[in-house]
Amino acid sequence: MFKIVKKEYLANNIWLMDIEAPRIAKSCEPGQFVIVKMDEEGERIPLTVCDYDRDKGTVTIVFQTVGASTQEMAEYEVGESFMDFVGPLGCPSELIKMPLEELKKESILFVCGGVGTAPVYPQVKWMKAHGIDVDVIIGARTKDIMILEEPMREVAANLYIATDDGSYGFKGNGCDQINELVKNQGKTYTRVVAIGPMIMMKFVSLLTKELGIPTIVSMNPIMVDGTGMCGACRLQVGDEIKFACVDGPEFDGHLVDFDQAMLRQRMYQTEEGRMLLRRKEGDTHHGGCGNCSGS
Amino acid sequence: MEVDVLKRIPVREQDPKVRAANFEEVCLGYNREEAMAEASRCLKCKNPQCVKGCPVNINIPGFIKEVEEGNIENAYHVIGEYSALSAVCGRVCPQESQCEAKCIRGIKGDAVSIGKLERFVADTAREEGFKPEKTAEPNGKKVAVIGSGPAGLTCAGDLAKLGYDVTIFEALHKAGGVLSYGIPEFRLPKTKVVDQEIENVKALGVKIETNVVIGKAITVDELLDEEGFDAVFIGSGAGLPRFMGIPGENANGVFSANEYLTRSNLMKAFDDNYDTPIIAGKKVAVVGGGNVAMDAARTALRLGAEVHIVYRRSEEELPARVEEVHHAKEEGIVFDLLTNPTQIFTDDKGNVTGMECIRMELGEPDESGRRRPVEKPGSEFTLDVDTVIMSLGTSPNPLISSTTAGLDTDRRKCIVAEEENGQTSKAKVYAGGDAVTGAATVILAMGAGKAAAKGIHEFLSK
Repeated sequence: MFKIVKKEYLANNIWLMDIEAPRIAKSCEPGQFVIVKMDEEGERIPLTVCDYDRDKGTVTIVFQTVGASTQEMAEYEVGESFMDFVGPLGCPSELIKMPLEELKKESILFVCGGVGTAPVYPQVKWMKAHGIDVDVIIGARTKDIMILEEPMREVAANLYIATDDGSYGFKGNGCDQINELVKNQGKTYTRVVAIGPMIMMKFVSLLTKELGIPTIVSMNPIMVDGTGMCGACRLQVGDEIKFACVDGPEFDGHLVDFDQAMLRQRMYQTEEGRMLLRRKEGDTHHGGCGNCSGS
Repeated sequence: MEVDVLKRIPVREQDPKVRAANFEEVCLGYNREEAMAEASRCLKCKNPQCVKGCPVNINIPGFIKEVEEGNIENAYHVIGEYSALSAVCGRVCPQESQCEAKCIRGIKGDAVSIGKLERFVADTAREEGFKPEKTAEPNGKKVAVIGSGPAGLTCAGDLAKLGYDVTIFEALHKAGGVLSYGIPEFRLPKTKVVDQEIENVKALGVKIETNVVIGKAITVDELLDEEGFDAVFIGSGAGLPRFMGIPGENANGVFSANEYLTRSNLMKAFDDNYDTPIIAGKKVAVVGGGNVAMDAARTALRLGAEVHIVYRRSEEELPARVEEVHHAKEEGIVFDLLTNPTQIFTDDKGNVTGMECIRMELGEPDESGRRRPVEKPGSEFTLDVDTVIMSLGTSPNPLISSTTAGLDTDRRKCIVAEEENGQTSKAKVYAGGDAVTGAATVILAMGAGKAAAKGIHEFLSK
């Protein structure tokens, strides 16, 4: 069992939790992910590592309640435990594996969208700890749903906020902000790391391809085991099929087939919808409404 | 009970029509009377050939004699000297090509039903609460076993009996490896059989730590250098599923057999009370002809689909066990033989709408000795399926080999290990099962686990 030692509401149905998992805390690195299974009947839910404390033996996860399972997860309280918590899975961010001297020559821009801000944080924190200044853009629809602004401000050299409605910071999305920095302010970047919803990573990658800036994205496709066994997480990357769980989760954004990945992500939407209904309606779920085939 | 020495006592099974709609076990097994009658057919050969056909060399005439005399507990202990997983082996071993293939009775009539007798003994042991024999005194030496599948459980069980302090590390949340995630409930019941076998191994003193990914959370070298293990056995199993590389293979509705079976078996997606979804499909094509293909096909059938096996060679070359093919046919699975997929069609949402196939014919034998299937030009046709399950085997998972210095792999990226003792190229590290051989059978993995236990014991006794 893996105990929840901290729980915090960030915004916009996004929750942060610290989980007691000494083996994982000892070995995990930015860019990797864990799998949570709440109880006997639960799904295996992959979540990117958002921070870790090697001394306390805790791993931080951040998740948004988007379906039945994540809603149930948000109902867990401090002191309660998840049945299973496994990791670290996937490869660490390729940047942190680069020789430090070479990394110091890079000029890196991180672009975060929504809940994707969380997995960017440990990477930027790692950069700061290793004396590397990086710029960060946090993009959100509106001010109220922005997360982790303060911690990010502490570790980023320059933090740029962009909101679609202009309620805070720059008015526009992440791509608009990149254009503003590169085209209007004359900033130059040797690399972009974009983490967020697939649609956002797709458009950032299209833009940076045009701008000629190599770009890393972190993919979060559907997974089951997360150790390379099932192939559910396969992606078309260039002319190869890659497994996000063992080959990723980070890939070259200019090679990923995002359209296919987005179609694949919607594969279980109907089943998940049914599950949510079943959970909400409990015993009355099979009410004979005639709208489904009884399942 | 009347016995015709040339004919085996038939074993009771669920009616095909009934079982096609449930996940209960297909084979119901012998009762005591049937088992004793079948045991009486054994010739108790002085030079038993059946034992040579068994990868773990169980004293087969020895346990059958005890069954014939009604001493089931004795029979259990005879088997227990060789195998810790008799309830599993009695169900999933390919006896027809191993022990039973060598049975002298089989020359003129039916071979003795050794597998069903083993199963009867194991099931009786569980029902009556027989316990494995006592183990040796603790010898103070620690061994780590990676993977809790058939190879790992066997190796751990044998070492524990010899007095070793054994810890199994399992990457998934549940122990059992392929016995838990791969083989379906209707062939190998989980709670009744698999969990019980694992409990038996634990009763020998073996500790099992689930949710630990070796190569990620901790490496093999760290197990040896930091956690104080004297030796490590790697039984991490087969690995990454293969795909064909045809157009449309990433469509929604195309699964690897591993994914489909893991959702159903490990995550229990077939049960409404569990949260993991599975797409049952209305019409399903399973591509491949091995045991895993049969398992996937029969799972899809039970979830309500019309199921076709699509296999590029003919029935004779099907790698699956005859019994599995027979059961699949009885249940209504259609075999599209000498047929090979060429592309998968999708709608604008990326869902499968059909699969184009081409007819094949058998040409000259290839390097495997089987006749090579060749395409018949112009014979393309479309199967109007909405789900495709690819069951084409696996390639090794690099998690451990890529994080362990000095551990050699072969051309296929399988770990290299000596057959007789499991020794790898790295000192103190042993390996066996699918991680070494590529996808094979439960009993071969058990044989390798057993050989490695012996190798580790010899090494640590020096």
